[in-house]
Amino acid sequence: MAKTDGNGYTVLFATIMVVVVGGILASLAQGLKPAIKENERFEKQQNILYAMGVNENVEGEGSVNFIPTDRVEAEYKKYITGSYIIQNGKITEDEGAFAIDMKKQSKLSKSERKMPLFIGERDGQKFYVIPMYGKGLWDAIWGYVALDDNLIVQGAFFDHKGETPGLGANIKERYFMDDFTGEKIMNGNKFAGITVAKGNNDPVNNTKDDNEVDALAGATITGDGVSAMIKSTLKAYIPHIQNMK
Amino acid sequence: MGLLSKKDQKLILDPLADDNPITIQVLGICSALAITAQLKASIVMSISVLFVLGVGNVVISLMRNIIPSKIRIIVQLIVVATLVIIVDQVLKAYAYELSKELSVFVGLIITNCIIMGRFEAFALGNGPWRSFLDGIGNALGYGVILIIVGFFRELLGSGTLLGFKVLGDPIEKTGLYAIGYENNGFMLLSPMALIVVGLIIWVQRSRNKALIEEH
Repeated sequence: MAKTDGNGYTVLFATIMVVVVGGILASLAQGLKPAIKENERFEKQQNILYAMGVNENVEGEGSVNFIPTDRVEAEYKKYITGSYIIQNGKITEDEGAFAIDMKKQSKLSKSERKMPLFIGERDGQKFYVIPMYGKGLWDAIWGYVALDDNLIVQGAFFDHKGETPGLGANIKERYFMDDFTGEKIMNGNKFAGITVAKGNNDPVNNTKDDNEVDALAGATITGDGVSAMIKSTLKAYIPHIQNMK
Repeated sequence: MGLLSKKDQKLILDPLADDNPITIQVLGICSALAITAQLKASIVMSISVLFVLGVGNVVISLMRNIIPSKIRIIVQLIVVATLVIIVDQVLKAYAYELSKELSVFVGLIITNCIIMGRFEAFALGNGPWRSFLDGIGNALGYGVILIIVGFFRELLGSGTLLGFKVLGDPIEKTGLYAIGYENNGFMLLSPMALIVVGLIIWVQRSRNKALIEEH
């Protein structure tokens, strides 16, 4: 029997291993935390600006191009003119809106939930950028939808944590997000939201008043998740936006 | 390959063809099915596994004489998980865009049976240099299959390669689509990855009869 087979040795080895690995990972996480936090902040600014059309997308080309991270801070200050928090039916101006963690808020009850709203202005036009958070097939999905005064979508950005590459993950592709631009969320005077619809016979989304965009093939549940997220989120914001214009 | 002895060369070259982890040993199939709908994802996954398997094999090999045999599987698991977390955190801090691309795959690396398989079958019984070569060889063998499968699935399923529309535009009907070609959406679903892997196994075994198992 080798010396490494004893119970005492096994327990000692396991203990030392846990301490060493724990130490390495904890110090690594601590050391990298500031850099990671900053990256996450830049990303959020990029996403909000992207939804209201402040991005470096090339017309006719299919890739998503954000404002580069070295400029995003300044651009964000320039374009975003107001941050608000809606809670329990009341809306207050609050710089803290940016720091709100949508994941945490989604777990709270409706009356406790804080809903951030960002107001932006570009070329004299006003945008209401609404953050949202929902469920896809495997994990969380989230996004930002920019509305104008007439409650018409002016831009959308979606992202996901773990949707299937090539299928549900394509909600963050331009051909899906671009479809939302110009789409109405009201049907007459009634709130309708936007449905990610299969078989609406409108693959390039020419009809903008049908409250529908074309779905992604092979990603039914992710698409349904996007529809549900848009509906439930926007519904809560509409009365406030109508009061603000 | 003048740098390596014959035996060391075998460690790199064997897993590429005649001892391929996917087509011969049938390991790592799960990730081969899950992420090969796009060529880019296949390439990124191959590189990640290359890193984790190369480094992991060396770490396990260095510890091979002090690991208690009763808990060796757990020790191996901890080594993989630690490496994966380190990769994930460093990428998040210094290459944020890339880390977003990798998000799903990083977790999937831990479940890759090739990694545990090589730790158990090779690194526990061999020195660090040979273990490193074995890790690189097996990761390359895995990567080759992943990239072949990803290539065909993206080409036939979406008509693109690395996102470029190589066959024309399906909506505007240009290129091949002008003469009635259609994308095969079925290629994007996991079962087709299994069939593509099956075809590779078939081609490989019909070219080299020695690989056919006798039953």
